[in-house]
Formats: sequence, C-alpha cells, structure tokens
Amino acid sequence: MKKIKTIFSTLVLLQIVAFETSNAAEQTKEDPVLSSEPKHVAITQIVEHPALDASRKGIKDELADQGYIIGKNLKWTYENAQGAAPTAAQIAKKFAGINPDIVVGIATPSAQTLAASARNIPLVFSAVTDPVGAKLVKSMEDNTGSNVTGVSDLSPIDKHMKLIKQIVPTSTRLGVVHNPGETNSVTLVNLVKLYAPEHGMSVVIGSAPKSSDVLAATRSLVGKVDAIYIPTDNTVVSAFEAVIKVAQQAKIPVIAADTDSVKRGAIAALGFNYYDLGRQTGNIIAAILNGVSPSDIPVQGVSKTELYVNPKAAELMGVSLPEELIREAKEIIQ
Amino acid sequence: MSLIALLGAVESGLIYALVAFGVYFSFRVLDFPDLTVDGSFPLGAATSAVLIVSGINPWLATLIAFFTGSVAGIITALMNVKLGILNLLASILTMIALYSINLRIMGKPNIALLGENTILTPMESWSMAYYVSIPIVFSIIIFLVFCLLWAFLNSQLGLAMRATGANVRMAATQGIKTDYLIILGMAISNGLVGLAGSLFAQSQGSADIAMGVGVIVIGLASVIGGEAIISARTILRALLACLVGAILYRFAIALALNSDFIGLKAQDLNLITAVLVTFAIVAPRMKATFMTKFKGNNND
Repeated sequence: MKKIKTIFSTLVLLQIVAFETSNAAEQTKEDPVLSSEPKHVAITQIVEHPALDASRKGIKDELADQGYIIGKNLKWTYENAQGAAPTAAQIAKKFAGINPDIVVGIATPSAQTLAASARNIPLVFSAVTDPVGAKLVKSMEDNTGSNVTGVSDLSPIDKHMKLIKQIVPTSTRLGVVHNPGETNSVTLVNLVKLYAPEHGMSVVIGSAPKSSDVLAATRSLVGKVDAIYIPTDNTVVSAFEAVIKVAQQAKIPVIAADTDSVKRGAIAALGFNYYDLGRQTGNIIAAILNGVSPSDIPVQGVSKTELYVNPKAAELMGVSLPEELIREAKEIIQ
Repeated sequence: MSLIALLGAVESGLIYALVAFGVYFSFRVLDFPDLTVDGSFPLGAATSAVLIVSGINPWLATLIAFFTGSVAGIITALMNVKLGILNLLASILTMIALYSINLRIMGKPNIALLGENTILTPMESWSMAYYVSIPIVFSIIIFLVFCLLWAFLNSQLGLAMRATGANVRMAATQGIKTDYLIILGMAISNGLVGLAGSLFAQSQGSADIAMGVGVIVIGLASVIGGEAIISARTILRALLACLVGAILYRFAIALALNSDFIGLKAQDLNLITAVLVTFAIVAPRMKATFMTKFKGNNND
C-alpha cells in the first residue's frame, strides 16, 4: 500500500512540474517586449567535432554582431545527429515541419539531408568541402534559381600558388607530394594542376601511398622542381619531417597548406580557422534574414586566411622571406 | 509534432522495418547473433548509389543492392559454417572488412544522389507533396516484402530454416541440410538490410561511409520492442511485431526531437534507446510478476 502511495504522489508531482513548465513556455510566448515576429534559424550538425563546433559558434557570434540576438529577436533551434544518419534524416524532417526562416547544415551529410527533406526552406551550409560534388549547388559561381548557398572549407589553392610565387619568384616547376588514395587530397591536387599554370608553374607529382613512402616520393622530386607544395594530405602530413629533411638537403623551399606544418619546418602556410568560417556563414545567414534571396548569393570559399611564416626554415632551404610577408604574418615561428 | 515530422518517422520506420526483418531472420529464426548489418546497410547504399550515378535503372540498382547485401551475409555464414569461426566473431570480421570495401566501391566517402534519377524521382511529378508520396511508395514495397517473407517462412524451406534455428542437431538428424539453410537465411537477412540501405540513401539524397553506425542496435530495438507489444506467437505476428516495433522506435525518436517540454534533444537519443530496449525486455516479466501478485492478493 505504501508503495502505491509513493508512486501516486510521484506521478502528481511530475504532472505539476509538467504543468509549470508548459505555463512558463506560454508566458515567454506572450512576452510584450517582442514587437516584431522573431526570426527562426534551425541549425543541425552531423557530429560533435572541435572544428564544426567552432564553426557553429562563429555563426552565432556573427548573427549577434549583426543584431540577431537569441531569445530576443532570434529563435535558435539546434540539433546534433551524434553521427547517426537516420537521426540526421529525422532532424531534417523536424526542421521541414517547424518551417523556420532558414535551415543551416554544418558538414556535408547534414547539408545533404536538409537539401533532400526541407527543400522549400532557404538552406545555408557551412564546412562543406565540395558543394558541387555533394550536389548541393550546380556551380560555385552561378547560383541562380537555387535556394541553397553557403561556405566551402576547401583550401584556397589559388592563394597558395600566389604565395609560392611570392617566396620563390623564379619557380617554374612545382612539386607536390600526396597520397593518390585520399579523396580530399586528389581533389586538391587537381586544383593545383588547374591553378599552377596560371602562375607560370608546371606540376610534378610525387606519389606516397603510405607514410613510409613519403621520403622516397620527396627524393624523386629532387632536381626536377624549384619548390614543393604539401596539400592537406593526412598521409604526407603525418610524415612531414621526411619532406623537410630531403628539402633542406637539396635546398628546395617547402610551402604547406596547414599552419601546423610551419612549426614542423615548412617556410610558410596560408591556413584558416573554422570559427572565421562560421562568421562568414553567419554573414550569409544575416543577409538572407534581411531579405536577400539565396539565389543572389554565390557559394563562397574561405575568405579570411592566416599566414604563418618560419624565417629560419627559409634560411635552411636557401631562400629569404620577403619583408612584406613577414609583416603580413599572423604568426612568426622562430 | 508537425505532419512532416510524423510522416518522416513513418518513412524512416518503414525503411528500418526491413532492417528489423533482417535482424529477426538472423537473431530469432536462425539464432545467429549477426553484426554484419552495420556493414551491409552502407554496402547496399554504396552499390545502388554508384549504379544510379552511372545511369543504371534505379529499380535494377535497388535490386542489385539486395544481392550485394546477400553476398555479405553469405560470407559471414561461410566463415561460421565452413571455417568454424564463432558466429559473432565472423560477423564482426565481415563488418570491418566491409568498411574498406564500401570505400572502394564508392571511391570517396560520400556519393550525392540529390537530383539523380532514383526510384523516388517519378513521385516528384505526382500532385501530392513529397513527404506524403514517399511513405506511400515505401509502404507498398514493405507490404510486398512482408508477404514474401511470410510465405517463405511457412514454406517447406522456411520450416526447415526455423527448425535449424531452434535446434541444429535435431534438425540435422531429421535430414535437414543445416549449413545450407544458415547460409540461405543469412543471405536473406543481409539482403533485406542492403535493400534498406539502398532505400535510405535514395530518400536521404546521399550514400555515406558512416551511415551504417548503430544499424544493429536500431534493428534489435525494433524487434524486441515490437515483440513486447505484439507477442510473437505466430510468424505473422512476429513479422508484424518487427514492422510495428520499427515504426514505433522512429516515433519515439521523433517525439524526443519534437517535444520541447520534456527538454529532450537529439543528443539524448542513445540514452532513450537504451531505456526503451531495457523496458521492452523487462516489461513482459514485470507484467507476469504483477499478475501473480494480484491473483495472490485476491485469494487472501
């Protein structure tokens, strides 16, 4: 009997709690401070990951800076799929049902499920490497007739080529060490082949299918190239010291794509961080909230980059860094 | 909860009913704990995505996804039956191998199907909304599969398979070729899961290397949850239980996603799943204890 009593009283208590919370919810809805209808942004992310979280924070901060404050004139719905594809699908369905002003997908799978399920709502993506390959947009430049736009996190290869020319103006042959088995790396190398000729360089590839092949692949470039470029290739970056060793012996300047490699002996790298990427995405979201059509906003690449330089590494590889680059650098590694 | 979210849960539930059927075949009919499904789900998605992008008829691609899934099941079964590897271990080995194979098939971690000609493309021109038409199409497919499985399990071959799962030695002494039936059952089981992966990829607009994570848990939760509601005394009821369990599971998740008042979020889903499955396992026993106590009190 006593047991039943306890259960009963717990149930009553639960009901009271539920009632109170629903009451509280109604009160906020009727808040007279809200003069105009708040805008609603629904954002989803495929998995918890430092880079993706930073991107989300960037979006939030940029919206706040542009006057969209959560709880005041902005309703913010956030769901994380915890890496599960079926959950991502149901989150997309939820968003389609609540019909917000904008849906935001961080990383490729989340953006794709939104594009499949919430098709009538403007979609802004962030941290998608290849939006064209992911079929989110038809092309990077032309976005007419689409309600999808966003920011790609593809390395700014064109800027990297420019940087190489600034450091080694006489370079006409560029060596690239990479693993042909890495999809991302293949995409990047194809872009290098596209942009390098515009800067007067031909491309020579050194293939390293495994980390242990990096040394031999770099050696194969000696005598054939004037500078070496290392893209964000996991295999090569994990054996980066092998590249540096060969390059110092042969006096070939090495320029990398990720800023961490500068600490490990590359002369310079032009990287970016995901918080700034999020800020850039937030800027697009704010523009759409202000009434700009997504079809008028072409897909953007990374706009804010950070230059890291290492003058000592330059000396070891037989070049000197131009003064202007050292002045521009966000960080100078000694 | 909005209509779109509700029908979305039905749509996902129908797809995962195929997974539940597959898990029912391996775990219940054959008594073969099989984790291959975590690999055969993306395998089905990967093969059909590659074929669809290359321009092959989407229905044919979906059918091929069933057969590639079957091959995965056959490999697990062969490792168990012919090489004598413990069933659970054999399935884990196939599962991890499939990760590499799926990457090889796709050539990259993600293949987009947005705007490609899938089995759902013709519905775009229907006069009804896409979130209504897709569940209708899936209902038809699942109904057909349901009927086929029901007929199969009541056939001579199906009875022999059930006997194999119930007692291998007994079945063998009755002249049943148990090895062959285990291989066939695993082929059907993983074929269904491959089919589910293919349908999922087509409705979600992409095949992704990571989409198989936790498929086995969802399948098991659906089977066990369904059995708690519909006691699986006959084959028809057992298959119905799989279907109901899968749809209810997706409903529970939709409810968690859409009911703000409890404060549950997507990140709590793993906890909800664990609670649901535990409850489903314990509920029948609790019911039994309660009934005996109740009767006992009456007698006083």
